[in-house]
Amino acid sequence: MQLLDGVDLGYGDAPVLRDLRLAVTPGQRVALLGRSGSGKSTLLAALRGALLARDLRVALVPQDHALVPQLSALRNVLMGRLDDHGALHNLRTLIRPSRMDRDAAMADLYRVGLAEHADRAVEAMSGGQQQRVALARAFHRAGDVIVGDEPLSAVDPRQAQALATQIREAFPTAILALHDVAVARAFATRIIGLKDGAILFDLPADDMDPARTEALYAR
Amino acid sequence: MPAKLSRLAVVGLFFCAALICLPMADLATAGHDPWAELGRMARGFMTPDFGAVEQIVWAVALTIAFAIAGVALGGAAGLALAPFYRWGPVRWLAIALRSVHELFWALLLLQVFGISVWSGLLAIALPYAGIFAKVLSEILEEADPRPATWLGKGVDPLTRFLWARAPLAVPQMLSYALYRLECGLRSSAVLGFVGLPTLGYQLDSFFKQGDYGAAGAVMAIYIALIATVRLWMRPRLALVWLAASVAVLTQVTSPPMGSGAFWRFITQDIIPAPLRQGDPAALWPWLWDLTTSSILPGLGATLVVAQLALILAGVVAFFGQVLIVPRITGRVGTWAGHMVLVVLRSFPEYMLAYLFLQVFGPSMLPAILALGLHNGAIIAHLLGRQARDLTLRADAPRGLTLWGWEVVPRLFGSFVALCLYRWEIIIRESAILGLLGIATLGFYLDDAIVALRMDRAICILIATALVTILIDALSRGIRARIGAGQLRQTNALPGQQARQATGC
Repeated sequence: MQLLDGVDLGYGDAPVLRDLRLAVTPGQRVALLGRSGSGKSTLLAALRGALLARDLRVALVPQDHALVPQLSALRNVLMGRLDDHGALHNLRTLIRPSRMDRDAAMADLYRVGLAEHADRAVEAMSGGQQQRVALARAFHRAGDVIVGDEPLSAVDPRQAQALATQIREAFPTAILALHDVAVARAFATRIIGLKDGAILFDLPADDMDPARTEALYAR
Repeated sequence: MPAKLSRLAVVGLFFCAALICLPMADLATAGHDPWAELGRMARGFMTPDFGAVEQIVWAVALTIAFAIAGVALGGAAGLALAPFYRWGPVRWLAIALRSVHELFWALLLLQVFGISVWSGLLAIALPYAGIFAKVLSEILEEADPRPATWLGKGVDPLTRFLWARAPLAVPQMLSYALYRLECGLRSSAVLGFVGLPTLGYQLDSFFKQGDYGAAGAVMAIYIALIATVRLWMRPRLALVWLAASVAVLTQVTSPPMGSGAFWRFITQDIIPAPLRQGDPAALWPWLWDLTTSSILPGLGATLVVAQLALILAGVVAFFGQVLIVPRITGRVGTWAGHMVLVVLRSFPEYMLAYLFLQVFGPSMLPAILALGLHNGAIIAHLLGRQARDLTLRADAPRGLTLWGWEVVPRLFGSFVALCLYRWEIIIRESAILGLLGIATLGFYLDDAIVALRMDRAICILIATALVTILIDALSRGIRARIGAGQLRQTNALPGQQARQATGC
């Protein structure tokens, strides 16, 4: 899939990324690496737009989670499939989820280890737990591709590896911005390094070596 | 208007306008010995007489019931309107509803329903629906948009609203509803002055009997009621309170109205007399007479009272803000300052004006004092809170030096903005105070209603509403030009202060 073909990305008149070309083949797991401000979020937003334009079902894990803090974890997970149903069904789910919907959402909360917190309001949860709710919502949504902006930034390294495995099993294709090189190497089939508004390298995960990491994060 | 105005120039302009108004104001205390009367009253208030406690308790129950049921009804209607507030007709409906004061609504509704539960209930619910629609729509707009964005385009509007907009706004909405309930308690009490069976009615009858001890008891209970709202009204108990209120209201018996009163009211009573009598040519002379004999004199008096009251409020606020800043007045001083401001804020303007009228006799003076002190206390309270939250350097001065060198210059913009916010409210309220016999717009309105000339009453009401809307627009224009249009961004809870500044 040729997702981007020679576009400038950025806010307003100041492009963050110039003349970008990027193709992703189904089945690939892409990790985006780079210092903060290198344009990862901008690139992810553009890729998501391109995927949606191809009528693919995309599950998004935004950097700020975009959860509804006043609702329970379970209802936030259920939000993943609202566009599959009509207003009446959704209203019913909001008041009292059906057995089937509840079980499905519980299974997704179980995958991120939050099953026992299903009925707690998200605002009462820690940052790491909130991030896992956002991931569970993406699992519940399911689809062709998961697009995630630092979806593992607030959990500890061991949990991050376990969740990365869950993501790999749940989605055929994945595009994730990550901050941890080790997680990226274990998870991805392809790693793209962004620096100063351009792609510094784009290679198979196995070819990633310490020298490249050094170059990527150097000032 | 020029694109930018200096704050000092605005203040100077308002002062000049007040100076011009001063010779036109009737401030005489003719034929009254205010101090003797004040002494008798003070003695009564110092020794409140709870002998008539049974009547008072029932009036308290009704006051609370009208407030809760009215706010609930208005809130529900406002909530239903809020998502559509951007749509012109809904916005205009809301503006029309809230530009008429609840006492004026009560006067109109009394013509239709008589002294019945519905008159009181709707008198609160109708204007509050307009206010709720505006404020709730603002709260919804201020809520975090990101969850709704996450849902994408495939989700229908109702689902988006219920799942990703409404839950985010609920805490703010509840806090605002609670604040509105405090306003509702004031409104409900004041509705007693036009005949509904609430605390105002009791107060009025005790005053007329010269029973100041019982009046003192009513006021003590009233202050306790307002001061403790946040203790007894909990969101969890809201439905219980609502059910209890409805139960209390069903106990009210009212004289039956002739059937078809409503229909006659909207098809005959409010049609201008010339049109009703089939003489359209006489409409212009009729309107001209109404304008020159009622609207213009009433408007003139309203503006004079409001202008002088605004200056008094400004002076009270300018000096009153120091009362509640510990670094200036010390611990004891702050406590005393809070007490003074709470009492002045708790009493609605109408009740204060009623009290002052008993002391000073009929003139503009009671109205100006009541409006100035009440609004000044509200502004002082808001400013004092801002002053306490100022980050001061460790070696900042204390006392009056701090007030002059830090508080006044830093909060001057806020001060002017808050005064401008209250301007519109002071205009509305000075029109209302006409019901007490001061020759503002309310006086002419009451006159027309007593004479059963509803067509004239409606025209005066529309004129009053238009003036309010005009002043609101003017105040917003000036605020934008002195760089104080955005009060809300400086506050931790966005929008809350601006809402209180424009509230009751």
